[in-house]
Amino acid sequence: MISQMKRPITIIISALGGQGGGVLTNWLVNLAEQCDYFAQSTSVPGVAQRTGATIYYLEMFPKSSVTDKNIPPVMALMPMAGDVDLVVAAELMEAGRAVQKQYVTPNKTTLITSSHRVYSISEKIAMGDGIGDSQTVMRAAHDAAKHFIAFDMADLASKTGCVISSILFGAIAGSKSLPFSRENFEKAIKAEGKMVDVNLRGFDAGFQAAEKSTGESPPNEVSNIAAAMITGKANSPEAEALIKNINALPETTREFAYAGAQKLLDYQDLDYADEYLRLLEGFAAEDKAPFDITRELARYLALWMAFDDTIKVADIKTRTERVEKYRAEVKAADGQIVQMVEFMHPRIEEITGTMPRIMARMVENSSLLTWFFKKFTGPRLLDTTKISSFLMLYFIASLKPIRRKTERFHQEFIHITKWLDRVSDVMTQDYDLAVEIIKCQRLIKGYGETHERGLNSFSRIMSAVDQGNIKAHRVTELMVAALADEKGKTLENELGINHS
Amino acid sequence: MAERSFAKEVQKLRLGTGEVFHGEGILAVTKGLLQSGVAYVGGYQGSPVSHLMDVLADSQEILSELGVHFEANGSEASAAAMLSASISYPLRAAVTWKSTVGTNVASDALSNLASAGVIGGTVIIIGEDYGEGASIMQERSHAFAMKSQIWLINPRPNLPKMVDMLEKTFQLSEASNTPVFFQMRIRACHLHGQFIAKDNIKPKFTLRDALDNPNREADKIILPPFTFLHEKQKQELRWPAAVKFIIDHGLNEIIDSSGKNQGNDIGIIFEGGLYNVVIRALQMLGLATSMGESKIPLYVMNVTYPLVDSELIKFAKDKKAVLMVEEGQPNYIEQSLNKIFNDAKLTCKISGKDLLPAFGEYSGQVTKDGIKGFIAKYNPELLDQDELETSMASLSATSTSELDAAIPARPPGLCTGCPERPFFAALKMLEKDYGEIHISADIGCNSFGTLPPFQIGNTIMGYGLGAASSSAFSSVRGKRAISIMGDGGFWHNGLTSGIASAVFNNSDNVFIIVDNGYAAATGGQYIPSSAKTLKEDDRKARIQDAVQGVGVKWVRTIDSYAIAEVKALVQDAMTSDFYGPKVIVIEGECMLNRQRREKPVIARNIKAGKREIKQRFYVESETCSGDHACIRLSGCPSLTIKPNPDILREDPVAYVDNSCVGCGVCGENVHSAVLCPSFSRADLIFNPTAWDRFKYYLRQMVIGFLQRRRDRKRAKVTL
Repeated sequence: MISQMKRPITIIISALGGQGGGVLTNWLVNLAEQCDYFAQSTSVPGVAQRTGATIYYLEMFPKSSVTDKNIPPVMALMPMAGDVDLVVAAELMEAGRAVQKQYVTPNKTTLITSSHRVYSISEKIAMGDGIGDSQTVMRAAHDAAKHFIAFDMADLASKTGCVISSILFGAIAGSKSLPFSRENFEKAIKAEGKMVDVNLRGFDAGFQAAEKSTGESPPNEVSNIAAAMITGKANSPEAEALIKNINALPETTREFAYAGAQKLLDYQDLDYADEYLRLLEGFAAEDKAPFDITRELARYLALWMAFDDTIKVADIKTRTERVEKYRAEVKAADGQIVQMVEFMHPRIEEITGTMPRIMARMVENSSLLTWFFKKFTGPRLLDTTKISSFLMLYFIASLKPIRRKTERFHQEFIHITKWLDRVSDVMTQDYDLAVEIIKCQRLIKGYGETHERGLNSFSRIMSAVDQGNIKAHRVTELMVAALADEKGKTLENELGINHS
Repeated sequence: MAERSFAKEVQKLRLGTGEVFHGEGILAVTKGLLQSGVAYVGGYQGSPVSHLMDVLADSQEILSELGVHFEANGSEASAAAMLSASISYPLRAAVTWKSTVGTNVASDALSNLASAGVIGGTVIIIGEDYGEGASIMQERSHAFAMKSQIWLINPRPNLPKMVDMLEKTFQLSEASNTPVFFQMRIRACHLHGQFIAKDNIKPKFTLRDALDNPNREADKIILPPFTFLHEKQKQELRWPAAVKFIIDHGLNEIIDSSGKNQGNDIGIIFEGGLYNVVIRALQMLGLATSMGESKIPLYVMNVTYPLVDSELIKFAKDKKAVLMVEEGQPNYIEQSLNKIFNDAKLTCKISGKDLLPAFGEYSGQVTKDGIKGFIAKYNPELLDQDELETSMASLSATSTSELDAAIPARPPGLCTGCPERPFFAALKMLEKDYGEIHISADIGCNSFGTLPPFQIGNTIMGYGLGAASSSAFSSVRGKRAISIMGDGGFWHNGLTSGIASAVFNNSDNVFIIVDNGYAAATGGQYIPSSAKTLKEDDRKARIQDAVQGVGVKWVRTIDSYAIAEVKALVQDAMTSDFYGPKVIVIEGECMLNRQRREKPVIARNIKAGKREIKQRFYVESETCSGDHACIRLSGCPSLTIKPNPDILREDPVAYVDNSCVGCGVCGENVHSAVLCPSFSRADLIFNPTAWDRFKYYLRQMVIGFLQRRRDRKRAKVTL
């Protein structure tokens, strides 16, 4: 009685909400049925119905393989690990999940995935960089699949103006993993009858991209750090001198030093950039290959020297190039009127921080002046396309020349100097520790509370350093702890600080 | 307006005899109901049968043509109570809900229904939310079937079989005067397939007939002495009648292609719902074909309660062992088999949870391994192939721990622009100032508040039970407890179980009712306080009136998006001198529904040349600190991150993608929590007026001049 042991074609589709997984499933069912196949599909949206992934599962079976075309074979409602012919994922980590569940095996599975990322909440709420490692997933996917096709379909979809599902459908056709012709695929889109032109355009783009995909391992993105010589675009002898100074630094540090100098020129002036480079030169002279100290300092010193103050924010928000970038990102049409309403919440600290030191002291000591300036604090909306708001920010940005005299500047430089002293103190005895001390600057960022919290964590770690007898890896641990929670509890526990 | 419209698809319900129906499991079941001559239908939404309610709601026209009444019941208990119409009238009825939770809610009415018995075929379609994708605690509905003596159908999951079984289920119910559960799992609900349709049947006996000729049968009342009589009838009449019907109509199936081969001395018994997975597992082991022919005899229980002893004994009599494939725990069927085989003095061994996992979903891999273990134990010569092993063996040893670390979990969360987000943000900010608060959460979209980034809520006890959950703390002076409840849960039972009870006990707690206008989590079904436009007059019932009606004196209403005000109001409720229940109604329409309503209108207006403003948010990468405090107060899908464009900075920056609906929460959060100055709201004006253009032109002249001036200055020194 046991007849031929034919097995069906098995397909998994994993898509996030709005990526059109359901439409893709319908196309595939339509495709199979018009080619004289039995087709069955099902899905599990489950608790993941909001913001999660929906998994669709399809089976197809040729009618030519059964004796009575009215009696379909038994088709499964869920995939079996090791028994999936085609896995289609509309996002990279969802492809990774299919690999994790062993639905992708080297003897049979074609894996087609978009390489773009839709970040999950855990990646988004991290206080630093919580993004999952795409390279590991790409590598694992490549190793596990028989054929592996990956490209950025979100990008292609936005370029073609279609939904990612049509790109995926095209990529399935282009991969030649199903026994159907391109015409059959296109017929399925036409049969569904929704947004046919757009979908066909997306299909074509996906088809071509998949055909071009060689299945080679994705190249590792290694940035070319050792940029030999910085040419720059200096337009004055003073600026040229700076470029020369940058090129006098060790090769591995130049890229950051150049970016840092540019940042500081933009932030303040050429003298400020020069000051930065002189500090770097001092450290480079004491440093040794591979010049990690100078390189990391080039990065973090620039970031600290360009601390976020009111003048910087006002400057950025009143620039021409900002308006262009802004309009492009919000997809404004050419000539469309766009109001740009900024959400500001200045505190008295931000206002006095922007004043010259003497004046700031005066305000702090006078309750009348404090009362007066408090009138400018609190939540406010500033539409920078309106003249009044624009002028206000424009005026604040024009305070750049007095920045060096402000209270905030003074405070920041007390910290910077201490930090640099620490680095020079330890760099000869414990090179790695010096590097880690530099990296701790990463904790200090932002405004208001974020800035206070960061500075507080930084200070705690630095006082642990100052007690001596600390190793580099310990500083790394403390930094991880500082970024673990907003209340600083993890760091307190690490340091044995008890508040109860 | 439900999230998914079946308006077009319900036309398939009109198909007549011989026509081929193509579609989803849910729709097929609805067709099956109409082919069975059902007189009234109802239920309560919940995954995986929410769509069944949507289909019924969308097919009102067809239903009324057939004289079928549809009731969107207030709860599962209401739905079960409605079935009382079939106790004394020959009315066929069907209701649906999510199980086991819905069955829990309905169980009082179900017990009474099962005791009295029915004369009209009564079917309860339960969406069994078990295994992958489940959103509830993992339990079996089987226990309810046993305790109340309600038959349990678990059909083979393909459309022709499901539709056929549904028709038989009505007959079984009538033949045995017993209500019947018809169990469907999530994949069966979403299964796309086809079957040959039959004509719909108008109910022979109508609801009008019943009202015109009321029939009172005293012995169907649930009071002694009749309750003792019912128990006797269950055992002596209804049970044997059911078993006879099941045997006579061959509801359970035996599949055996073993002939005289060596496979026939063992057998596999399983629930009908597991048929496809068992066949596929056998196929992988080379013991079955795609057409379902099996070298090992199979007994398919399309009826999992009651068991048919004679069939089981006949199947196992000459076998040395059987494997019972029964999902979930406890293993009620396996236990019964032991008793049946023992009484019949069979020598056949029973395997089950010894070889299969004791709990959890029986996926393909698990089932195959269990069957393989069974065969290896009793008939190892049959095992000569394992298709899966070859492919698994070809997997290279990629470090799984490395992969596990790289792949982040993707828990559910609130949708883009959700009105509950600002409310949870306000609570989170309040907790920062005021200290942590004991919060009882509820079922619904608001459950997601317990997940990152908000992590608000200490317990979830059931739908509409958020208010009742904090009653132990109702008289403690000082810091108060908060209860959260959605509008769906409120009408389901929260008004009485929570609010009225709080008034009665003079509770001092704070009760927050989130009024988003719909049963949103299950797909946007209407509830008593729903309104198409959310204008007060359009509502059938107001939550505020209801709570005042049960005696709450302290009632406040607030717009959920006004974060600072929400925070202040909740703080006020927490610290107020008022002693007694304090109810806050937080209003904000479900954004999915609102968008579905407003988006087409705005698009039409823009096309017609009317002035419209679209808002969305923007984050300045240069000033974003990369700390993501904004996301920790939001979790909005459209507020995401991207790699830092500045090569010196490592932390990703916040970024608002194109799906932003401009709900305003980002801005409110920036102001209330004093976040960074990176957020900006873009107001895109479509079809501007001449005045708009004039102002814009004038402003651009001044602003552009100043910008160019500074550009020139900056360009003087470049590096």
